[in-house]
Amino acid sequence: MDALIIQILNGLDKGSAYALIALGLTLIFGTLGVVNFAHGALFMLGSFCAVTISRLFQVSYVVVDETKTDFLGNPLKVKMPYVSDWFGPEVGAWIIDWSVPLSILFAIPIMVLIGVTIERGLIKHFYKRPHADQILVTFGLAIVLQEIVKYFFGANPIPMPAPDAFKGSLDFGALIGMQSSSIIYPYWRLIYFAFAGVLITSVFCFLQFTTFGMVVRAGMADRETVGLLGINIDKRFTIMFGIAAAVAGLAGVMYTPINSPNYHMGMDFLVLSFVVVVVGGMGSLPGAVLAGFLLGILESFASTTWASNMLPGINQIIIYLVAIIVLLTRPRGLMGRKGVMEE
Amino acid sequence: MMGLHKKDLNLLLIVMVLALFAPFILNPFPTDSALAQFNAGYPDLMQRFVIFGIFAVGFNILFGLTGYLSFGHAAFLGIGSYSCVWMFKLLSYNVVPGILLSVVMAGIFSVAIGFISLRRSGIYFSILTLAFAQMSFAIAYSVLSNPAFNLTNGETGLQVYASDPQWLQSASAPNAPHLFGLPMRATETLTVGGWDFQFNVGYYMCAIIMILAFYLSIRIFRSPFGLMLRAVKSNQQRMIYTGLNTKPYTLAAFIISGMYAGLAGGLLSAMDPLAGAERMQWTASGEVVLMTILGGAGTLIGPVLGAGFIKYFENIFSKINDNILHQWFSALPDGLEDFLITIVHPFIGKGWHLTLGLMFMMVVIFLPGGLVEGGQRIGAMFKRKPKDTNGGLSAPATPAE
Repeated sequence: MDALIIQILNGLDKGSAYALIALGLTLIFGTLGVVNFAHGALFMLGSFCAVTISRLFQVSYVVVDETKTDFLGNPLKVKMPYVSDWFGPEVGAWIIDWSVPLSILFAIPIMVLIGVTIERGLIKHFYKRPHADQILVTFGLAIVLQEIVKYFFGANPIPMPAPDAFKGSLDFGALIGMQSSSIIYPYWRLIYFAFAGVLITSVFCFLQFTTFGMVVRAGMADRETVGLLGINIDKRFTIMFGIAAAVAGLAGVMYTPINSPNYHMGMDFLVLSFVVVVVGGMGSLPGAVLAGFLLGILESFASTTWASNMLPGINQIIIYLVAIIVLLTRPRGLMGRKGVMEE
Repeated sequence: MMGLHKKDLNLLLIVMVLALFAPFILNPFPTDSALAQFNAGYPDLMQRFVIFGIFAVGFNILFGLTGYLSFGHAAFLGIGSYSCVWMFKLLSYNVVPGILLSVVMAGIFSVAIGFISLRRSGIYFSILTLAFAQMSFAIAYSVLSNPAFNLTNGETGLQVYASDPQWLQSASAPNAPHLFGLPMRATETLTVGGWDFQFNVGYYMCAIIMILAFYLSIRIFRSPFGLMLRAVKSNQQRMIYTGLNTKPYTLAAFIISGMYAGLAGGLLSAMDPLAGAERMQWTASGEVVLMTILGGAGTLIGPVLGAGFIKYFENIFSKINDNILHQWFSALPDGLEDFLITIVHPFIGKGWHLTLGLMFMMVVIFLPGGLVEGGQRIGAMFKRKPKDTNGGLSAPATPAE
């Protein structure tokens, strides 16, 4: 029983990341009809937003503290971050400690801006070109973004700590009345899961309960008619691209304490996210989320010793195997609708 | 001649001349001159030119003719590499069985992968092939490298060890890949004045195979089969409505291009008997897509040009460093020199992929026909316009939808 719960919990954080990226991919795909190979790069950019902002918080100057000496007997040099000057030492330390969650505030506008720029500057010109061209140009964009990040941040992963308050692990077993320390789960992963849940829910609510969302959903169903009603659907779709970019970016920001960001993390997630989208059904938002979590949990079950004793390395291929089986038995994916992207 | 039109024959002759005289053409600068770093006439690089040329020509048969964009062709390259090394391990260092097996194995795998992937078209096809390639990569990297049935040797890469059986290896044969006793790495150097021209056995074997592969691709392009594939590309729906089953045609194209990729993989192993899983990674699949698009998809010579172009600049650009730039710009005033170098710096050396990505985006955006279309446009600028014989009634050649 406890082994079962551990695997489900382990699958949740990876599944959340898949679900968030796949959600953004599906949003772009459902609205603009573009397959965005640069979406993984947006996830990566979000992570590096967090890195940049945490480095900005830590910009400091050196103060010589005459009262203390270092091990050579010289006066001790203390680094004073500017934030602790501005907000006082306690708040300053808190800001630096909480840099990852705080990055969210900055990452949203940055990612929306990046998304809108990409859509207006590049993808707009590709609506009338074949799908192959759209894939290729976004693939090129992904390479360029990745290399730019590599130029500025180097090729090595950059560790990003979670806030001290979340550094420990939750004794999940004791919580549900089982033997204590039988199921241990890091706090931050729990937070990531909760964050993903909130983000996904808010995207769905936005689409379901606002006028803007209603128009967007109408546009997804029949773009031409909505345009004929005198609604500027292109502008709304551009904003949706920005939102999708922000969702991917936020997924990246919060993922940094789990997995130290490096420049090719986007590509690694992208391929799996595509598989997730296909399994969930192209153009189906609930499908993308469901498939994201399902495949994440499946992957974590496949990494147990029990599974790898049966077939070593099964955790590497299980997702692809499932995708192939799903596509062969249910060509539209789990929740795909008829008539969406079937040519 | 050889069942080709005059135009195609010229194209074949151009490729033949380029391939056979490559040691001269790629070596325009004397060995000890400052420009010698632009020389590409050394065996390792020349072999890569032709091998990736074969790969891209094969990819073009699928993508250029049918429009199916496969993002997983590197899987076949990897399968070819592994099969060739296995032949070295089991039989002997003679490359012929290795290359034959690599083509056959890639063919078998492409039947299976193609049969499933071609059930869908468009984006689904791209993603399915991508999933298959990533799966093959994962299988080669971890699943098949466990001690019980070690087929790929995982991270280390598959290579020939002294303890391998090599049943047919005779004592007199060279202890490296060879073609009936002629070692692949044997190189003749011809020194003329300041120039060193290198003639490598492996290169010439690859070049001849490449010419044959290119000839075959011309014949496929000009055959009724090729015409059918083009029809599939322009409007598959209409082909289906006329009562034609397009699946056998697309599947055949997929298998042929898979076998080309296997051949390229086999040759890679024949030149250097080491096969690693990273050859199957999806970035490798992306590379062949880049080559084909950059050169010009759907044209005959485009993929060859694209492969040469990318491999050449990959080697040259990544060799340039700041010191070399300082030499070049030394004539300029100091401030300007430093400024120029700061600007150029991100694009050279390790930043070569940035240049490649930008170049690729430019080509897709502005020049969908690739280098070939660029060449045609430049050619059209200098050519005198032909007289309008129709009296201004030249109807546009677009078919009615």
